[in-house]
Amino acid sequence: MSEPLWLSAQLAITTTSILLLLSTPLAWWIARNRSVAKPVVQSLVALPIVLPPTVLGFYLLIVLGPAGPIGSWWVSLTGSTLTFSFAGLVIASCIYSLPFAVQPLVSAFEAIDQRDLEAAWTLGADRRDTFFSIAMPQARRGYFNAAALSFAHTLGEFGVVLMVGGSIPGETRVVSIAIYDQVESLNYAGAHQLSLILLSIAFVMLLTMFIVNRRGGTV
Amino acid sequence: MSRMSVLQSLVRPNFNFAVDVTVPLSGTTGVYGPSGSGKTTLLRCIAGLEPDAVGAINVGDAVWQDANGRLSPSQRSVGYVFQEPRLFSHLNVQQNIEYGFQRRTGDADIREIATMLGIEALMNRPVADLSGGEAQRVSIARALASAPTILLMDEPLASIDQRRKSDILPFLDRLQASSTLPIIYVSHSLDEICRLCDHLIVLEDGCVTAEGPLQDVLLDADVPALSGFETSAVIDAQVIAFDSDDELTTVRFSGGDVLLSGHIGETGQQIRLRIHANDISLTRGSEDQTTILNRLEVEVEAIHHGEGATRIVRLRAGKEKLLARITRRSVEAMRLAPGEQVTAQLKAVAVRQS
Repeated sequence: MSEPLWLSAQLAITTTSILLLLSTPLAWWIARNRSVAKPVVQSLVALPIVLPPTVLGFYLLIVLGPAGPIGSWWVSLTGSTLTFSFAGLVIASCIYSLPFAVQPLVSAFEAIDQRDLEAAWTLGADRRDTFFSIAMPQARRGYFNAAALSFAHTLGEFGVVLMVGGSIPGETRVVSIAIYDQVESLNYAGAHQLSLILLSIAFVMLLTMFIVNRRGGTV
Repeated sequence: MSRMSVLQSLVRPNFNFAVDVTVPLSGTTGVYGPSGSGKTTLLRCIAGLEPDAVGAINVGDAVWQDANGRLSPSQRSVGYVFQEPRLFSHLNVQQNIEYGFQRRTGDADIREIATMLGIEALMNRPVADLSGGEAQRVSIARALASAPTILLMDEPLASIDQRRKSDILPFLDRLQASSTLPIIYVSHSLDEICRLCDHLIVLEDGCVTAEGPLQDVLLDADVPALSGFETSAVIDAQVIAFDSDDELTTVRFSGGDVLLSGHIGETGQQIRLRIHANDISLTRGSEDQTTILNRLEVEVEAIHHGEGATRIVRLRAGKEKLLARITRRSVEAMRLAPGEQVTAQLKAVAVRQS
């Protein structure tokens, strides 16, 4: 019973960590760029919001599968397949939850006053230093929101996981899949238990996020 | 004397900026001109904040920009005080002041700077709790703490309401008096410039129309930005006495004594007087009864055309010069000509203590 929960938590934590790292330069570029490529990048990042998870899952299955470009490279590197493995799930989750990490960061970076950055430059901070000492601390709310949203969203994903990961106990059988299996086998009591836990976690996380944002206080 | 030479051009829609100007690396240089004349752009070019500006900037022996490249803003040892304080909201006062101090290898004494600007008691405050004047003083401290080789100040009083300006001006006086740091001070208030500066650059429509020692530039009758109400001269004088009965202070300069109402300063103190051309009238010698306290024996040096039917008369009083704006009719009626001795009556005098 607790194995799928633990697996979901691992997946969500790993995905959230990777996404915060990847989204930082991506969101900074989107927030600070005026080039023609910007709307294209923005659309690509937002695609997972509008696409049915099955479409995303289908393409990921092809790309990550043993015959796909990334999947075959992975096989030659590790000897095992990406699809129907935890690593494959992490990659799929990162793509699936990408907009939920990027969007809050873009908003936070856009709110940073260019004039503050200029002031930091004239005080001897180079651009990299300015990013870490001014932009990131001032965008801390954005980081908090990005982490909360991508964690909750990864926890709740189903379609993509089902297509890319299947339902291998201890490897890819996360909570949402476990619930589906319980319902399929008409074990409503088990489904109830897991669903209630998931619902509670999601609610508490969102509640925390909205309370923090309403307070306008420090994270 | 060490100098900064700035040759910059920048093309924007509806605005061409092209300056070639030399700034002494000592004392305070004022940059004066109407809004939109390029004053802020000049400071931004010097600080490296205008990446599209082309040209050259040399500071003493150091090259900040030439045809081969340019230093980034963080590599130029400027202190920049912007119109708004631009304090970092996630840091408190102390951390703001230490921001530049930690990043530049200078020998600034933060405690001394804080004392000079009167902000020692604010060090642990969040910046959101500061008044406008306090925040601007903290931003000046932050710039000074980075131990710059030149301090750029862009209308530091502009964002502060009129009543609060007096919270800052005395600190600027003190800053000037206590350090050898060269300052470039941008303002659209010639009063502020006359009070603080000893060198002046006048900008109009993105071009330099006059530059040089403050006194000399002010006497240049051909600078449009210095026409009208702003036409004036400054004189450095010394306090010699205070009459407490009449509440009048006597100050002396090479052209004579001037009486000022109120207790202006201690005996021996140097002060700067600004005298507007509109506040001077000329008479010939005779001992008229008049309510005007200040009468100086002067020599007419030159008569220039002023706006409309006015004339600007340049006068010599001892070693100093004054400007008087009078009507063409008066010039003709008095038959004024260069070399003549006349009496100048001063209606008002603006004072700056130092």
